[in-house]
Parts: sequence; C-alpha cells; structure tokens
Amino acid sequence: MAALEILGLEKSYPTGFWRKTFRPALHPLHLTVNEGETFGFLGPNGAGKTTTLKLLMGIIFPTSGTARILGSDFRDPEVKREIGFLPEQPYFYDYLSAPELLDYYARLSGVPEGERHKRIPELLERVGLGDAGKKQLRKFSKGMLQRVGIAQAIIHNPKLIFFDEPMSGLDPIGRREIRELLQGLKDEGKTIFLTTHILSDAESLCDRVAIIHKGELRGVGVVEDLTSKAADKTEVVWRGSHALSALSNLLTEEHITGDIVRGVVSSEQVDSLLEKLRQQHAHVISVTPILGTLEDYFVAQTSGHEEVKA
Amino acid sequence: MIARLSAISFNTFREAVRDRVLYNLIVFALLLVATAPLFGEISIGVERLILVNVGLSAISIFGIIIAIFIGIGLVSKEIEKRTLYTILSRPVRRWEFIAGKYMGLLMTLVVNAALMTAGFYLALLIVSHGLGKDDAALLVAVYFIILEFFIVTAITLLFSSFSTPIFAAIFAFALFAIGTFAEDLRNFAALATGLTKWLTTAAAYLVPNFSALNVISQAAHSESISGKLILLNTLYALLYSLTATAGAVLIFERRNLK
Repeated sequence: MAALEILGLEKSYPTGFWRKTFRPALHPLHLTVNEGETFGFLGPNGAGKTTTLKLLMGIIFPTSGTARILGSDFRDPEVKREIGFLPEQPYFYDYLSAPELLDYYARLSGVPEGERHKRIPELLERVGLGDAGKKQLRKFSKGMLQRVGIAQAIIHNPKLIFFDEPMSGLDPIGRREIRELLQGLKDEGKTIFLTTHILSDAESLCDRVAIIHKGELRGVGVVEDLTSKAADKTEVVWRGSHALSALSNLLTEEHITGDIVRGVVSSEQVDSLLEKLRQQHAHVISVTPILGTLEDYFVAQTSGHEEVKA
Repeated sequence: MIARLSAISFNTFREAVRDRVLYNLIVFALLLVATAPLFGEISIGVERLILVNVGLSAISIFGIIIAIFIGIGLVSKEIEKRTLYTILSRPVRRWEFIAGKYMGLLMTLVVNAALMTAGFYLALLIVSHGLGKDDAALLVAVYFIILEFFIVTAITLLFSSFSTPIFAAIFAFALFAIGTFAEDLRNFAALATGLTKWLTTAAAYLVPNFSALNVISQAAHSESISGKLILLNTLYALLYSLTATAGAVLIFERRNLK
C-alpha cells in the first residue's frame, strides 16, 4: 500500500483588489510515496514544498484535487493519529518545558497516560535532551528546539512522518545530529517525507526524490537514476594518441598524457567510439560512466534548462 | 474529544498563569484588602456601600480587560507563531481548538474572579467587622460578572476570527460599552418611530445586554435579586456566548491559515 498518494492537489491564491485573478502556488500535483520509503521533496525556496505540506496537514485548503494518507482521505482527522509533522523553523510554547510540551502533544494524539509517562523520558533521551529537565523552551538553542520538534513529531509513534526543512538554519554539528535521528527513524522502517533544499542531505538519506519548481513537479525517481541522467557521460581511456584525429568529433573533452588519451563522450556515443578505436588499433584501458550529482540534476531542473528530463 | 478539549483548555490556562497575568491580579486583590481600612476613614457610615461598589466593579473591569487582551491573541498568536500547525496535524478538529481555547480563557477568568472575590470578602470582613447574610448575596453579583466574561470572551473570539488583534480589541470594547447601555438603547427604541425604531430595536437586541447582568448597585444596597433573573441571565449568557462561539468556529473552519 502507498503511504501517501497525492492526486492532483492544487492551490491558487486570489490576488488584486477585486481578488478575481489567481496566482498559482501549486499546480496539480501527482505523487506517490511508498511505505517504508524515505522520500525527498526538493525545490528552491518558494517552489511549493511547504504549500504541499500545509495542504496535506489541513492548514490550508486545496483549490482542487485530493490526497490519500495511509489509505484514508487526507481530511479524515483520525488518520492524523498515524502521522507526525515537523514544520519549518518551528516555534513551540516557550513557557513549557520539553516534557510538558511532549505530554501536551501526546494527549492531543490520544496517547494513554501510562504510555506517555514511559515514552516521554525515553524519547527525550533519544533526541539528546535527557538532561533538559524543567528548563523552559525559551531557554533552548535552535538545535535543541529542532530536536524537541522531532520528538513531538514522533511522540505518538506515527507510521508516516513529514519533516519540513529539518536541517535549515542549523550549524554543521546540529545538521549531523538531525540527520542521524532521521537515519534512525528510517532504519526503524518509518515512512519519511522530507522537504529540503540541502541536496547532500537528500542524497544521503532519501530512497527517492521529487523536484518541484515554481509549483510544478519537474522530476521524480530513484536518486541514482536521476543522477545518472544528469551526467549521461562516459570516460574512455586508451593508449594510442594517433587515433585522436579520427575521433575528435565524438569527444566532448580530451586530455593527452604522453601516448595515453582520456576522452569524455556522451553515453550513447560510447559504442561508436569503441568501434572506431578498434579500427584504429588503439588499446582501450578503461570505460567508466561519469556519476552525476543530485545537484547537477537539481540545477538542470530548476534553472530553466530542459536538456535533462526525468 | 474530551481529552483534546481539556488538553487545549488546560494549556491555555497554563499560558495565562505563566505569563503572570494572575499574579498582577493577586497583587490587586491584596492592595484592595490593604486599603480597606481607609474606606472607613474617608466614608464614615457608607464604607460598606463604597467598598462593594469599588470591589465588584474592579472584579468586573479587570476581568473584561483580561478577557479582551488575552482573547484577541488566543487564535492569532497561534497562527502567527505557527504553533497551530503542530496542533492541526493531529486528530484535533478546528472546532475543538476554538472551544478548548474558549474554555481555557474562561477557566483563567473564573480563577481570577475567585481570587479577587476572596480578597474582596477579606476587605469586607475588615470594614464590617464580620460577614452577614447580605454579604453572601453579593456572590450573585459575582456570578453575573462571570456570566459577563462568558459573553465578552465569546465575542472577542468571534471578532478575532476574522480581523486583526487590534481591530478585534476595538470591536470587543465597543460592543461591551454599547452593551452596558443596552437597556437605554431598548428604551430609546421603544420611543422611536419608523425606520429608526426598526433599526434601534434590532441593534438593542443584537448587542449583548450587559446592563441586565450588572446588579452591583442593588447588591451594594442589599436589595434582593430574584431567582427568575438569575435563571434568565444564565440562559441568556449561555445562549449568547454559544452563538458567538459558533460564529467564530464557522469562520475558522473555512480559513486558510497562512
């Protein structure tokens, strides 16, 4: 069963004095997230990531379209027992201590009293706040607040957890701590929906990613597939620089060191290149696909260039 | 549902307590007690009358001010600080959030009124050198003041559900002021003719009738208050506050919370 199915969710805001024109914030979005998957929802600032999450959480209402969360309509309040949510740069009731905050959210999610008393200290320990005690949240650092935020998102042991930019605004150590917490949840088999614009985090954590730009889905797939599409090049190294004159029209890059040539060719031209090298009696040393990065793919999808399509 | 409502209302109450709103009022109540002997010196013979008027009016006015100033931020603060995001992502219905907030503020106001009433009775004890049956009847006036809080909190919530906190405060104070003269408005409507009569009658019945809930003067003069008035005022306050809260819920249910 899919953990999340977004079926054409769309959001437009009325603008202008008469509010008769509409500015689209999210074009009809279709997306499926499988159970147990860590899914990255990537896009630059203002792309529509938070709008999508706000729609799914019932904070704003869609102009059209619907979604199913764990098989139920996304508007069904009961399905929210099974989901957790950490908003971007969250602010919590700063007059509460961490245990009080978690107790409040656990009560709202229907966690029985006995379980709350057991789970709260365990969870605080897990997020590294075991010694926070009765200190009010107004005295917490940003990193500590983010860890409380993760704790409140999982206090009721949800199956599907939404994280909106969980690493934004944190220092490198804070980012690593949050990444390790997310990795721990992933290892437990939780389904994670993660929005971020920090691509290295997405690359290291996510099984699949989607890229959204200007409210439109630009690509979705397994990270390795997308990055190979982004690169789409192969490096061929051979001995025999005499062959170069017959090949220069195929190569996008060439480097010669003595008699050794390192040429870069688009992946679809590899066979032609190898055939010509054989005809020229050159000795092929290696053929290596060049791995692209998620950043290459992201930039291609969001900069307006259309040469890479998912 | 009950668990969620009580969690939200208790958290609202806890916020008010930790924001030290109640402490200010305890200080006020203590001041009233401390200055009680002065009433005897400046108003020989009518000290009880003045103390009852000042004490009950203070309980009412302080409560109304707290109801409006906390009430305007009940929802808007949660939207502005985005704490509402983590509430609505749980199995909490929007009406439960509004109702929980309403009950939490009412709880705060009732505790306030109870503390101030305790201080007021202590002052009365000092001035009158004892408490009589007439003094027990003053609790009816306090009960009516609490009914005022029911209505003021509900209309503040209603205004804050569609306007900015400042406008909500202005509207709520204005409606409270007009409602204080509701009887005069009804008398004027009775004398008017034509369209003016129709408009003033409509206005007189739409605004909350706070003049019917104000029995401070009767209480100060030890006049009895009928059981019928207590029943009618209770029903009126419950119905009015329920209608205003329902209006706030209807608006909030449809709002996109940016």
